[in-house]
Amino acid sequence: MSIAVNNISKSYKKLKAVDSITFKVNDGELFGLIGPDGAGKTTIFRILTTLLVANEGSAEVAGYDVVKQLKEIRNSVGYMPGKFSLYQDLTVEENLHFFATIFGTTIEENYDLIKDIYIQIEPFKDRRAGALSGGMKQKLALCCALIHAPKVLFLDEPTTGVDPVSRKEFWIMLKRLQQKGITILVSTPYMDEASLCDRIALIQKGKILKIDTPQNIINNYEKVIYDVQAKNTHGLIHDLKNYPNQYSVYAFGEFVHYIDKNATFNPNDLQTYLKNKNHTDIIIKPATITIEDVFMDL
Amino acid sequence: MEREKIISVKNLTKEFGHFTAVKGISFDVYKGEIFGFLGANGAGKTTAMKMLIGISNPTSGEANVAGFDVHSQADMVKKSIGYMSQKFSMYDDLTIKENITFFGGIYGLSRIEIKQKIAQLIEELELQEVANNLVGSLPLGWKQKLSFSVALLHEPKIVFLDEPTGGVDPITRRQFWEMIYTQAYKGTTIFVTTHYMDEAEYCDRVSIMVDGSIEALDTPKNLKEQFKVDSMNDVFLKLARNIE
Repeated sequence: MSIAVNNISKSYKKLKAVDSITFKVNDGELFGLIGPDGAGKTTIFRILTTLLVANEGSAEVAGYDVVKQLKEIRNSVGYMPGKFSLYQDLTVEENLHFFATIFGTTIEENYDLIKDIYIQIEPFKDRRAGALSGGMKQKLALCCALIHAPKVLFLDEPTTGVDPVSRKEFWIMLKRLQQKGITILVSTPYMDEASLCDRIALIQKGKILKIDTPQNIINNYEKVIYDVQAKNTHGLIHDLKNYPNQYSVYAFGEFVHYIDKNATFNPNDLQTYLKNKNHTDIIIKPATITIEDVFMDL
Repeated sequence: MEREKIISVKNLTKEFGHFTAVKGISFDVYKGEIFGFLGANGAGKTTAMKMLIGISNPTSGEANVAGFDVHSQADMVKKSIGYMSQKFSMYDDLTIKENITFFGGIYGLSRIEIKQKIAQLIEELELQEVANNLVGSLPLGWKQKLSFSVALLHEPKIVFLDEPTGGVDPITRRQFWEMIYTQAYKGTTIFVTTHYMDEAEYCDRVSIMVDGSIEALDTPKNLKEQFKVDSMNDVFLKLARNIE
């Protein structure tokens, strides 16, 4: 077991940031903490990387206790915080060299691990870290977190504010690291990234709402969701919300996801209702359920 | 029916030394439109947006925003627009009421108007219980909804939203977009950037910037047809792939 969290709680004054959380991450697993800003993800990361002590509960990382064996943990884990935390006025190469030295290793010793990522930023190795683009900063931070060949990698919202192309590339890099045997705990507010994890914990307001594989979470969702589309989306959302048996109405890309309270729901009735409201180009069809749908219904 | 142009951009260019961040972009935005301004990190979106809101001078080219030239009438542009971003929205160490009062004052509202606006916003956003709390203590989603309302205090013709929903939970994100729809319906033009591709689908038209140029501009439906894909995410990936 790479990570074992047992009933951890942490409060800041009146606010309970993490509320008796328990979960385990297996060796070599890519595990996702999925939840919005304020869910408690960063607090969990800080506790597991020994930067913060929990009020209650216990946790082990790579076989070490997060309170009693913090030095061992610091040597065994890599941590990429959500906020860019490298030295802005050191160059790319200096930052990497600095982190290698701190951990008593050299860039050469573990070069294999970072090679795929580092060659993408190597052309800029003499540029100060502060002057890099968002995507390059993120790659450098990942290299620095990996330079001592950690057993467990903690990535706190590595893709927040990153465009879809760079996000996709980043997840390809994570999969490669996983194949090299590194256990990865990653958090993200992007629900579409959840499906790329082996298992995920859906977390909100300090509590874990569900832990399972993304596929099981979707398969176990019991309600039927319909894709509804019409020419005027704004009016459509408004009218769907006034439909007598509506359970929920949410915009979902080009469609609106509609859930009815009744199991006997007949799409034809809805079609007639929308026609009477002067909607045109109406489409109603069963939707493909996503993690985001499940999350919103928790 | 001739639609009213509210933003008109012609060959807008911005150079920083030898680097051209924005390479002669041209486009129009119409009144009441929700215009999505997309692009990869570093594609030049922020630089372009800074020129449109009158805080950065173009190297060459022209842009007219709400009837004013961004270069020679930057002050008038600033008075006619609202702006909110993910990074800066309001003062964390002022209360909700104080923030509204402050921004109302900046935008030149009278005391009576400010009083009315405070009452109206607090009721609309259901903030009665937290009106005297510091903004810093609000959840991000509430903050962003409030911040959007504050950007609309002076009833601007256009509101610029720079990644307004980054990190916001899925339900609040959708409530935010319903606020956008309502505002556009009232005739306010919305100019918005986002990294959520489902949100690109909510826009009337979308432009995609790659490497300083606008590589595509159309309705989400037409863009998907043009690139023969099913989602805006795929349109984006096709256009912006391999660009750092």
